[in-house]
Parts: sequence; structure tokens; C-alpha cells
Amino acid sequence: MIRFTHVFKEFPRTGLALQDVSFHVGKGEFVFLTGPSGAGKSTILKLIFLEERPTKGEVKVSGVSSVTIRGRDVPKLRRKMGVVFQDFRLLEDRTVEANIAFALEVTGAQPSAIGPKVSRLLGQVGLASKATSLPRELSGGEQQRVAIARALANDPVVLIADEPTGNLDERATRGIFQLLRDINASGTAIIMATHNLELIRRAECRTIEMNHGAIVFDSAEQAIAYPASGGDEA
Amino acid sequence: MAFKRAPVLSLLSVTTIAFSLFAFGLFGLVALNIRRQLNQLEDRVEIRAFVVDGTNAEATSSALGDIASFPEVSTVKLVSPEEALVRARRELGEFSDVFEAGILPASIDVKLKEGYRDPATVASVAGRIKNYDFIDDVRFGEEWVQKLYRIRTIATLAGAVLGLAFAGVAVIIIGSTIRMAVLARAREISIMRVVGATDGFIRSPFLIEGVLKGTLGGLLALLFTYAANSLIGKFVFSAEFFDAKYAIGGVAAGALIGLLGSAFSVGRHLRDV
Ligand SMILES: Nc1ncnc2c1ncn2[C@@H]1O[C@H](COP(=O)(O)OP(=O)(O)O)[C@@H](O)[C@H]1O
Ligand SMILES: [Mg+2]
Repeated sequence: MIRFTHVFKEFPRTGLALQDVSFHVGKGEFVFLTGPSGAGKSTILKLIFLEERPTKGEVKVSGVSSVTIRGRDVPKLRRKMGVVFQDFRLLEDRTVEANIAFALEVTGAQPSAIGPKVSRLLGQVGLASKATSLPRELSGGEQQRVAIARALANDPVVLIADEPTGNLDERATRGIFQLLRDINASGTAIIMATHNLELIRRAECRTIEMNHGAIVFDSAEQAIAYPASGGDEA
Repeated sequence: MAFKRAPVLSLLSVTTIAFSLFAFGLFGLVALNIRRQLNQLEDRVEIRAFVVDGTNAEATSSALGDIASFPEVSTVKLVSPEEALVRARRELGEFSDVFEAGILPASIDVKLKEGYRDPATVASVAGRIKNYDFIDDVRFGEEWVQKLYRIRTIATLAGAVLGLAFAGVAVIIIGSTIRMAVLARAREISIMRVVGATDGFIRSPFLIEGVLKGTLGGLLALLFTYAANSLIGKFVFSAEFFDAKYAIGGVAAGALIGLLGSAFSVGRHLRDV
């Protein structure tokens, strides 16, 4: 469903952020992306999300190639993905339910469908009682739940999370991780960048480790060979 | 919405659009009224070619036929010295005594068709008539026709130049208000992008804002122009105002300036968010 084929990404001033990255993520998988700061984790997520395009190589998401996609088709593809960030990125002047509804409003959802959908999402992330709160009235963990609900609003096939627990204490981290596991269990693939090794060790999910812009370890490579990914290592 | 966030800049963009169209409007009014005046005067545009004394009747009548067949000419008439005297007496009233019979020469009076009464055509026809040996002198009121035409051209040009300059300033000012609006909503816009809003959707509120400001500026300009016109009508001379078609066109031009200003700006600044 997501396939990187010999992807290079070069930034004007900082040089190569990714070099020869190849991997594949199937439907409904849960993948950790780990590695030191500056390794290229966020860059990989941005490429999946088409916020950036590869300098060389190809990124394919749901059959759509980064090489051939036209700019005006990008929003459509994005609706198949949900994104969550370390800093939540909520609109501070809007209530929890308005923040979630926002994702539906700006993608042209039926107005009558928005209310029920928001209630359902709030229930799913365990915030049914906080619908009319403002983000600043919530804990960090709760704010991240709102962001996750917003990311799920358009029923994505994959949820991309860039260090979603980076700002959270251990308890909140466990709560958010459990929520992500539940979401994954209902069929949504999840790619989560994190350097919380404790979390990775206990979870026993597929893990891709990056360093200096290259994949240095992919736990999936050890179990099964992926024909189109990381051929030189397999 | 924009007025709350950046009231000074918003007001400035509306007023520059208003001034731009006001300049168009004022000079447009001058041109319009001169044009009306010209149309009336043009009806009277006449070429009078004086015939040398003693020219035989055959020559003049054949010339009359030739001139009548010019494509620009509507009527040709031979005015005898006697008729000329009668006309002069009538036109000059109390000074009529100064004319003695025989002082005035006979003339060929030529009227031109509508659309052929501009200075260049009049002069060209007059030139052709002058070519006859027996024509002494040709008069066609060239000075005032040309003067009026020149004033009209200057008024039109001045209005266009001033209006365009203001329109340029308006586009720039709208551009910077949009820039501020985009930056103020940068977070919202980046979230819109993340959840998959199209560029058109993100852009539309800014474009609507531009069109609204432009329309407001256009209406203000219409009001100013109307007020100026009424003042002139009261204290100088009565002038006619634009008809509805032009008034609506002016307001639409304001909306267009607003739309262009925001369209140019929003595309550029959305890329930075
Ligand atoms: N927009 C950008 N412009 C220039 N350099 C960038 C940009 N984004 C990331 N980089 C560079 O790419 C490298 C990888 O960054 P990133 O993917 O954010 O790492 P990580 O998320 O693993 O910490 C870093 O060296 C960073 O400086
Ligand atoms: Mg990062």
C-alpha cells in the first residue's frame, strides 16, 4: 500500500536527508519508525504524505505514484491518510468538537453527516464528555486524542504519526499507544515515528530503524524477503 | 472578518480602489460630456468653399455633382451671393447694415454624413474641394472642432492613466492585506492542507474578501463621482451622469481589481505557509 523505491531526498541547504530508502508497508500493518534525531523519520512521513516529493526514486501510496501525481490530486490522496504530530496542531480558539468537525467541513462533507460523525469519533477516542472544551482546558494526552479523532475523520486507510507521544508523560503515552493499537486492530495501517525504545520493545511490532538518512534495520526483512524493498540487504 | 483583523489596511484597500475608480469616473464624465457636446456640434459641421467671382455656372454645377458623390458627403448646396447676404444678415442681426450686396462671394456648402465629422476627415474632404481652380478658400471651423477633440482625448487619457495608477496601488495594497490575512491564518491553513482541503477551498475565502472590498470600493467611487457631478451641476454647468450600464460596469471593475489583487497575492503567500 505504501512503497518506497530507491528514494533519495535532498534539501537545498542541508543536503541528503534520505539516501536510497526502499521499503513496503502493507494494508493494516503497524510499523514503528525509529532512529536518532535527524535520521530522516519525519522526512519519510512527509514523503508519504506528499508534503515533500522525492529528489530521486518513487513513493507509491494506494497505487498513486509521487512521480506522476498532479498537484491538484494531492488533496484527494491526503484524505485517505490521517496525520498526527507531536505538537497536536489543534485550533486553540475552537472547541474539541469544532476541531474535529473542521476536517470534515474543509473536505466538503455533508453538513448533516458532520454532527453524528464527530460524536462517534469522540466516543472512539474516549472524549465524549469533552466535546465543548477548548484545547487548553485539556491535558496533553487528551489533546492528542482530539488530534487523532481529527485524523480519523475522513476514514483513512493509514494513520501517520510523527512522535505522537513525544510531549506526553508515561501514562498518557501508554494511553495513546493503546488507542493507536485499537485503531490498527480495526484495519487502519499505522506508521509511527518514535524514539521511545521502551514502547517499541514491549509492543513487538515491525520496526524500521534509520540513521543518517538510510534504513539500517527493518525487522520485516528478517522474517520475510520483500522483493521490491532493500534488495541489497535481503 | 478582515476588517476586524486589519482595519487600517482593509480601509486603505477599499479607499484606493474607490480613488482609482473615482479618477476613472471624473475624467470619464468630462469625456462623456464633451462627447455629447461634440455630437451636437458635429451636426453643424459644415464645409464652406468660396467660389471665385465670375466662375461659370457649368463648372460649379459639375463640381457640385462630383462633391455629392464623395462617400463622406451627405448634402451639397450652392449658395449664391444674394442668399449669402440674406443668411449673413439673419445671423448677425443688428450688424446687418455692414453688408452691401455683392460683398459676399458665392459658396458651396457641404454637410458630411455622421461618422465622417471628425477633424481628420473634415480636413481631408476640405482639401479635396480646395483642389478645384475656381475655389478660393475653404472654411470648416477647424479650430474649435480640433480643440474639443483634443480636450476629449486628454480627459480620456488622464482618466485612464490616473485610474490605472490607482488601480495598481490598490492591487498592491490588497496584496499586502491578503498577505497579513494568510499569515494570521497560517496554522489553520496548514491544518486544512493536512486534512486534505483543496487549494481552491483554501483560497476561496481570500478571493471572496477581495471581491467584497473591490465592490465596496466601486460603490464608494460611484457615490463620489455622483456627488462631484451634482456639485458641478449646481455651480458650474449641468452635466450628464453615466447611465446604468457604465455605473454597473464601474462597480464590477472594482470587484475585478479586488479579485485580481487577492488572487495574485494569495497564490504567492499560500506557498509560504
Ligand atoms: N525542510 C527542510 N529543509 C532543509 N532540511 C531539512 C528539512 N527537513 C528536514 N531537513 C533535514 O533532513 C534531515 C532529516 O530530518 P528529519 O526527517 O526531520 O529527521 P528526524 O525526523 O528523524 O529527526 C535533517 O538533517 C534535517 O536537517
Ligand atoms: Mg522528526
